[in-house]
Amino acid sequence: MAVRAAFEWLNSCSGCEIAILNIGEALIPLITEHLEIVHAPILMDHKYLGQCGDGRKLEIPEAEVGIVSGGVSNTEHLEILLAMREKCRMLIALGTCASHGGIPALMNGQDRKEGWEGVFATSTTDPGCAVPDVEVPAPLDRVYACDEKVAIDLVLPGCPPNPARIAEVLTAVAQGRDTLLPGKSVCDTCPVRREGKGAVSVVRRFLTNADFDAEEPVGKMRCLLEQGFMCMGPVTAAGCAGLDLPPSCIRAGVPCRGCFGPVRRDGNQMLDMMNALASNGIDFKSVVDRRSLLRFSGAHGLLRQIRKNPAGKKG
Amino acid sequence: MGKVIQIAPITRIEGHARIAIHLDDRGDVRETFLHITSLRGFEKFVEGRPAEEIPRIVTRICGICPWMHHLAASKAVDAAFGVTPPPAGILLREICQLLAHISDKILHFFFLAAPDFILGPDADYSVRNVMGIVKAAPELAARIVAMRQMGQRMLEGFAGKAIHPVAGVVGGFSRPMLEEQRRALLRDAETLLDFSCYALDFAKDSVFAQYRDVFQEPGTITTGFLGTVDRTDGSLRLYDGIQRLMKADGSFTDFEGGRYTEYIGEHVEPWSFGKMPYAKSWQEGFSLDIAAPAGIYRSNTLARINVCETISTPRAQAALEEFRGMFGRPAQQTMLYHYTRLIELIYVCERVVELLQREEATDTRIRTRAEPQAGRGVGIVEAPRGTLIHDYTTDGNGCITRANLIVGTTHNIAPMNMSVRQAAASLIKGGVYDQGILNRIEMAIRAYDP
Repeated sequence: MAVRAAFEWLNSCSGCEIAILNIGEALIPLITEHLEIVHAPILMDHKYLGQCGDGRKLEIPEAEVGIVSGGVSNTEHLEILLAMREKCRMLIALGTCASHGGIPALMNGQDRKEGWEGVFATSTTDPGCAVPDVEVPAPLDRVYACDEKVAIDLVLPGCPPNPARIAEVLTAVAQGRDTLLPGKSVCDTCPVRREGKGAVSVVRRFLTNADFDAEEPVGKMRCLLEQGFMCMGPVTAAGCAGLDLPPSCIRAGVPCRGCFGPVRRDGNQMLDMMNALASNGIDFKSVVDRRSLLRFSGAHGLLRQIRKNPAGKKG
Repeated sequence: MGKVIQIAPITRIEGHARIAIHLDDRGDVRETFLHITSLRGFEKFVEGRPAEEIPRIVTRICGICPWMHHLAASKAVDAAFGVTPPPAGILLREICQLLAHISDKILHFFFLAAPDFILGPDADYSVRNVMGIVKAAPELAARIVAMRQMGQRMLEGFAGKAIHPVAGVVGGFSRPMLEEQRRALLRDAETLLDFSCYALDFAKDSVFAQYRDVFQEPGTITTGFLGTVDRTDGSLRLYDGIQRLMKADGSFTDFEGGRYTEYIGEHVEPWSFGKMPYAKSWQEGFSLDIAAPAGIYRSNTLARINVCETISTPRAQAALEEFRGMFGRPAQQTMLYHYTRLIELIYVCERVVELLQREEATDTRIRTRAEPQAGRGVGIVEAPRGTLIHDYTTDGNGCITRANLIVGTTHNIAPMNMSVRQAAASLIKGGVYDQGILNRIEMAIRAYDP
């Protein structure tokens, strides 16, 4: 018996939806047998205001499970999220935007009014353009994670989440069984070679490639933090490449930037990273633009606008 | 006061938008609006960030085409820091761009647009989707899922991440290609090339021939076109080249990407967050009037196929010649975006096979060391949905002070508004419409923009 499922996307990029499509062969039985999809803007034509567009109130069909990607940034996102909560027995926050604000929550570090005005006053916009405000949803005061607005039953972070993990969770939900989310850090699942503390006192920007032999397995490469690169593995939830492969960015030879959000759901990636650096004898002041350590997790009030600092410091 | 029909949300596209069709008292179309309802502020919140981090941030503009943002930003930061990647670094970037185009085109045509053709534009919404294709044509469905997945797996296996990639870095690429990887990628690329030829044949037999009426009318407008071509022979280019802006009469001007602000302006309407680029250099202003448009050009597959002289690979060139024989140059029918998308699918497959056969693919000199500096860089690539422009200015510490982005889709926002208007006015008369008619109006959008 297929489980009725509704999908929605809010302040999002569609990467989570593409991750669902990347499930591969298992996708076909998932979307045609395990799930009965009743609403999903990227895949099907169910409309909010009726199929002939003359309804008054936004309608989402009742479903056993709802899957929401994206954070909440304007009045329309909020209206849709509330409707999803009302109509779905279980609500899953999919992806780091939904769980922690994601990249778009970097806007929380800006003066929003000035920011929107700047977007419509660039080197190519016509002179005198104003921020649109007719028949478009009004922005909220900041970007919120979904759980700041409604109760969320299951959080599946990632930017994007791992496709196999999505398949496992949705299949488990369809079959009515529990599923266990890993509570490990990227470092816990990273096979690189660690030699110990002490050798590095500052972190470098990623302007040259890491030192590794591409012919050798990733496990032979020395830890990127120990090579002196800023890597957020210690403070980031694991699971990007699935549970049996090295973390995705490490496989590409580049350091982690924290896209799965904090290891503990209520962690603070910036403070945790500062602590991790300090306890390894690394000067945290060598991190350029420290606030961008919250680039994936700036919701929940963590990333805030700072007063203009005449000294021009970015910290 | 007449009625307002809301198509909300527009479905089977990437992005957040709705259509409002305003009818007059007789029930004819008075006005239509394509409201783009998403605003995130990337141009603003990249300010202050170290420029070399930008290619890892702007990917989130679009989860369907993150590679395009990744690479346009990498090229822009290269230029701002004054570095040129080694030949192999450029080659690896282009290989990834091509692989991303392959998955995107399969997704766009088969997963998102094809339900309108395979199930029919008037089919019920509950079956007019990819799940419906699985039931109606299971073998085709299994094949398109497998082929799209193959492209994504190739990217992931080689570059670590397929969605929101990280392997493009200022100065080049983060890891070299091994000989063993090259051989495996080449084998898969050849499979995809076979599929691309099948896809065009399938569409010609089962879609374009059957839906001749749909292809003639809805959404057709007359505009100019923008694309990228080879700077020596004018052939189709996706990773680099010179920008070509063509008028509706087929005459054109070529310009260097770094000078785009002299050619392109952006108009803003109060009812859409989507800015509307237009050809400022034509000096005719901006108008969405279907009978007398001003400054309007289009991007994406139809535009690229119209502006290029030739295509450098044989099978795509043959398809181009056949296409031009039937539809001329420039072709204007909006639904031909699908046809040209499948011609481009053949090109990207042929091109990736060609690049994977080159010796320098496995060269280990893939990155030039970059030093943060004050500068400005414009990076342009052809994204599936059009010419993608990233423009960054940096301070002495190599951090962003100013950013301007013109995303592929936005070039088509003004024309999509016109296509919706044209389709709605021709399909809705005297207040008579049903869900099938509203879907045909949306099909005009889907030609451009899933």
